[in-house]
Amino acid sequence: MRTDITKINEKTPYQDLTEGLMVFAGGTAKLFKTGEWRNNTPVWDSEKCRQCLLCTPCCPDSSIPVMSGRRGNFDYDHCKGCGICANVCPFGAITMKEGMEP
Amino acid sequence: MTNEKKMSTPAAPIPERMSGNEAVAFAIRQVNPDVMPAFPITPSTEIPQMVSSYIANGLMDTEFIPVESEHSAMSAAVGAESAGARSMTATSSAGLALMWEELLLAASNRLPIVLTLVNRTLSGPININCDHTDSMGARDTGWIQIYAENNQEVYDNYIQAYRIAEHRDVRLPVMICQDGFITSHGVQNISLLPDQPVKDFVGTYAPEEYLLNPGKPVAVGPYAVTDYVMEARKAQREAMENAKQVILDVADEFAALSGRQYGLFEEYRTADADYVMLIIGSAAGTAKEAVDELRGQGKKVGVLKLRVFRPFPEKEIAEALANCRAVAIMDRSENYSGQAGALGSEVTAGLYRQHSDILAVNYIYGLGGRDFTTEDAAAVFEELREGVEEGRPVGQYRYVGLRG
Repeated sequence: MRTDITKINEKTPYQDLTEGLMVFAGGTAKLFKTGEWRNNTPVWDSEKCRQCLLCTPCCPDSSIPVMSGRRGNFDYDHCKGCGICANVCPFGAITMKEGMEP
Repeated sequence: MTNEKKMSTPAAPIPERMSGNEAVAFAIRQVNPDVMPAFPITPSTEIPQMVSSYIANGLMDTEFIPVESEHSAMSAAVGAESAGARSMTATSSAGLALMWEELLLAASNRLPIVLTLVNRTLSGPININCDHTDSMGARDTGWIQIYAENNQEVYDNYIQAYRIAEHRDVRLPVMICQDGFITSHGVQNISLLPDQPVKDFVGTYAPEEYLLNPGKPVAVGPYAVTDYVMEARKAQREAMENAKQVILDVADEFAALSGRQYGLFEEYRTADADYVMLIIGSAAGTAKEAVDELRGQGKKVGVLKLRVFRPFPEKEIAEALANCRAVAIMDRSENYSGQAGALGSEVTAGLYRQHSDILAVNYIYGLGGRDFTTEDAAAVFEELREGVEEGRPVGQYRYVGLRG
């Protein structure tokens, strides 16, 4: 029953879909670019940022990547522009900008 | 997958006396499913209560989850079944209504959960007694529905349920229905099977794909964009259509084990019958008694007792009714369409599609536990006879035993 789901797309006949639309792989949500839904976009000012990392756990979409204890720029493929990060930042290092583009 | 081995010799029967709830609890002990989340509601409360006693007494090792509502009971069953555990629950009436959302998820995620339903009306007016409003309301949730006339059938249907649900051509949840109080609390003779033949018949659950399967990640119930929903539903419908043959195959194997043969429905003295009563559940016993009395007076009457309502055996019913002159379609629920009850709608649609033009009269009976007597059944048969033989107009959508 295990199917290579990368071979399934919107042209696949119903007989060839997985039972109950089960997905036979891990971490596939990464492939779904929910950032396309964004109306407002957070912009990160690395000069003002003190790397307190308060923003990272507040992000509902895990769109603030952290490497070696330091945050990097936003993952705009998955950020939906909710603005929580800008609201919690104590240093004014994140500002919200209207539209899709940073 | 499930045990495909054919049984050739019947198991030695154990005569007992039990209520329907006792019978299904006894079958649950024998099958010993992995997980049972449940919340009590009259008249099904005894089922989780008795199972809890079996567990406390060390007679079975099912993981019983005392949840805070039926919404949680079906949610937990969905989670457990997705994880790879053979799961079940029991409920009635408002409990089934509170499960509604998850009933559809259990079916669309193709989870072979078994629910033992004790039919009770839905409010209002609030009432705790039998009719089929609850399960008929859930008829479009994608569950297989199998109904019982008495405690023996509840017991037998439960033992067959997992073999149907878990079959690779089906993979759908099954609702095993019995009439509240009439069957669930009425004590009758019953022929039980020994434990080991039941366990051998049901087999060990070994799903191919499940959540707690290291190294083989799977996501269950993902969001489906517009491009996939129609295809998913069509595949689910085919599984339901496949269930018809699987139900018959499992019934044949069960007959070899028990000596009791089941089908999609039972035909009682219908071979030469001019007038047939199509009915579901415990009232079929009353109808058969009436048929015996009327046959004694030379009247050619019979009963078609529907066992499987989902998948709906439209063609088979139409064929079974092909040689009669009129049918009374008996609904134990009111669905306010103003046209017909649930069974009435589907049977008349089926007769039309099979080009049958027999007189088909839809009766609503037994709501909220109202008695349905042999006199009621005889009056229905007489009304059919007058309609056909004396040309007296018969209304298409009528109540039995209504005041006024």
